[in-house]
Amino acid sequence: MIHHDMIVVGGGLAGLRAAIEAKRAGIDVAILSQVHPGRSHSGQAQGGINAALGNHPEGRDDSWEKHAFDTVKGGDFLVDQDAAIQMAKDAPGVIYEMEHWGCPFSRFEDGTIAQRPFGGAGFPRTCYGADKTGHYLLHTLVEQAYKLQVKLYVEQYVAKLIVHDGVCQGVVAYDMIRGGFEAFTANAVVIATGGAGRTYCNSTNAIISVGSGMFMAYYAGVPLKDMEFVQFHPTGLYTTNILMSEAARGEGGYLINDKGERFMERYAPKFMELAPRDITARSIQIEINEGRGIGGKGYVYLDLRHLGAERILERLPGIRDLAIHFEGVDPIEEPVPVVPSQHYWMGGIDTNVDGETVMPGLYAAGECACVSVHGANRLGGNSLLETIVFGRRAGAAATRYLQGLKDKRTDARTAYAAVQAVEDKVKELASRSGKENAYDLRAELTQAMKDYFFLFRDEETMQRGVEKLLSIKERLKNINLRWTGSVFNLDMIRTYELEGMVDLALCVGMGAVARKESRGSHYRTDYTKRDDENWLKHTMAYYQPDAPGPRLDYKPVTLGPFELQERKY
Amino acid sequence: MGYITFRIKRQDPQNKENPGPHWEEYKVPYEKGNNLTVLEGLFYVQEKYDGSLSFRYCCRASVCGSCAMYINGAYRLACQTNVKHLDTDLITVEPLPHMPLVKDLVCNMDNFFAKYEYIKPWLIRHSPDPEKEIRMSPKERKKIDMAVDCILCGCCYSSCPSTWGEENYLGPAALLKAYRFEVDPRDEAGKERLPLWDNERGVYRCHTIMNCVEACPKELSPTQGIEWLKRAAVRRRLFGRKK
Repeated sequence: MIHHDMIVVGGGLAGLRAAIEAKRAGIDVAILSQVHPGRSHSGQAQGGINAALGNHPEGRDDSWEKHAFDTVKGGDFLVDQDAAIQMAKDAPGVIYEMEHWGCPFSRFEDGTIAQRPFGGAGFPRTCYGADKTGHYLLHTLVEQAYKLQVKLYVEQYVAKLIVHDGVCQGVVAYDMIRGGFEAFTANAVVIATGGAGRTYCNSTNAIISVGSGMFMAYYAGVPLKDMEFVQFHPTGLYTTNILMSEAARGEGGYLINDKGERFMERYAPKFMELAPRDITARSIQIEINEGRGIGGKGYVYLDLRHLGAERILERLPGIRDLAIHFEGVDPIEEPVPVVPSQHYWMGGIDTNVDGETVMPGLYAAGECACVSVHGANRLGGNSLLETIVFGRRAGAAATRYLQGLKDKRTDARTAYAAVQAVEDKVKELASRSGKENAYDLRAELTQAMKDYFFLFRDEETMQRGVEKLLSIKERLKNINLRWTGSVFNLDMIRTYELEGMVDLALCVGMGAVARKESRGSHYRTDYTKRDDENWLKHTMAYYQPDAPGPRLDYKPVTLGPFELQERKY
Repeated sequence: MGYITFRIKRQDPQNKENPGPHWEEYKVPYEKGNNLTVLEGLFYVQEKYDGSLSFRYCCRASVCGSCAMYINGAYRLACQTNVKHLDTDLITVEPLPHMPLVKDLVCNMDNFFAKYEYIKPWLIRHSPDPEKEIRMSPKERKKIDMAVDCILCGCCYSSCPSTWGEENYLGPAALLKAYRFEVDPRDEAGKERLPLWDNERGVYRCHTIMNCVEACPKELSPTQGIEWLKRAAVRRRLFGRKK
């Protein structure tokens, strides 16, 4: 058993920022991460991070109010307005802080941080470092974590929360390098494990983004919020779904159909290619469905050629490399085949603006959390911002909680019992004699999510989807762990996490069936209008050990200064 | 359906009866000219043939640095390596050479990251921070362009003969990181970081063999950074200044 005052699960931007905040306040904090923090999925973010700095000549009149409004409107008013305002207000400060820590942002001629236009934003307010902003921010925070000597437990797969009398007291983790399960006790735990994109087969996400933190919290009784809202990015590479940043369109790239038309003029005449992602992704899919994909096939073109080699090499070198390596296409010479691809998880662990969950001692931040600042559709450039703003706030809140805690004992028996429970589960998985192959089931699951819960949804299709998910959950009982060796056991991790993935998928499916309206990313062909009278509320999914799916409940959206209006771009 | 053969070096020090190393061959479905990355092939083997195969992975888009391996005699990222470009019927996969082993294709990176940490890879400042950003011209920003793209995959470190012979040599990745901060106009390390790399375990152990340049999957040049550091150290000795 290992004890730290505070444990952060996940070493991406949100986890690192939370740990740094606590460490600076003198808290004994450790990060447990499945991969080295510098390898986290945050590093794949490309386009930038939003803050109303007003550095761009056309952005002088920008303000945090306008940033908050764009965020609320972009999220189709399912955003908690107090949270969006908090994020927009905190934004400039945390960006300057990252800059002071060495983050290599691109620069304007006057030496200020460069900003570019992004989807759904009224001003160019997305700060960037070429098209590798996530990588730069991530490495900056990794560097700070090393500087402050934050304790890092690298390649630890966290499998379960330790909960004693309704209070979170740590986690159980599998040591991938040395083997074996260990209890890490703590008085505060921050979950920062990222999204669950890999429950879809067509995701831009890293392979490890399966939502492990979400289902750990869910199984511990913490509700998941707004899980039916899944973002599909307009431009993933056709063959691999690898992300082609929104920055490509922010810098002036076109979306082109088979007839050579910039078809966005039919869907968003004012914003064109820079309409919010839900609208742009649906527009592309309509073009494809109506036979105007390139050569009648399932993709359209992202055309950057008119930007010229110099601008592409300076502003978009990363996606050029990706297009060359993974699609065999050089954007300087040829248009890039792209498709809408699962990209971001708006829903997640229900928290307030300080990352607090309903469970004392348990916090969540980043993509795994739902504050909610993204509502029904996230704006590009707001996810990197969310990680740093709410990572910091969660770290600060956990610090205050620890400083005010009188009794810091943790219960050893509960901790050992939790380790035992995980070990028993693994033994049980290995002892099964069923005939199902876990990887075939994973493939069926991720395909089903794309088939039944993609851009266009309707009652009948989704009902079939839920039935499919329930049957997969039933068949899970017949999967069997093939290898029980102790070190770097991928078979164990990938088999163990599958059940959690299915339960998260059920939250998406059943939440989506229940929500009889269209809002942001959740677009129903049988209910095409937003219905504020009945559905201006958050879906809350609670785990039920004795039922196949979640219990659904609802909670009001926090309104504020921004009045409801129809979303037009 | 056609196949391509994956020949994988298997070893498991935990397994006392059969620690290896030994080679195993697996047939992975593949039609000539189609896309198949080595990482996808490894997943196929792990899922369909042998659950016990171990390898690192994360982003599958060549930005996280997890899946650095020795593939068909070259340092590569498994996710970035498309079988069709290798133009062969046999894919040979080994862990990064000259590194301690954990299992199969997973090597121990502890020393690599210890050296990274040793070099103080963070911006060192003494001046009070301004209210807004520290100004930096696009030209100054361009200077650090090459060094900030490092993904810490370890290819350069594993490929460098100087690290093979001298366990304490910091190696190309850590020195490139030192360069990244020394060349940053915002950095005020002065003499704080200098003694860490200005010695026989630091830049002078580099003999400009340039394996690192060839090995780097991001096409960076650690050698160029190391040579800059050498010149900076000389300048400092002669003229007492850094840049």
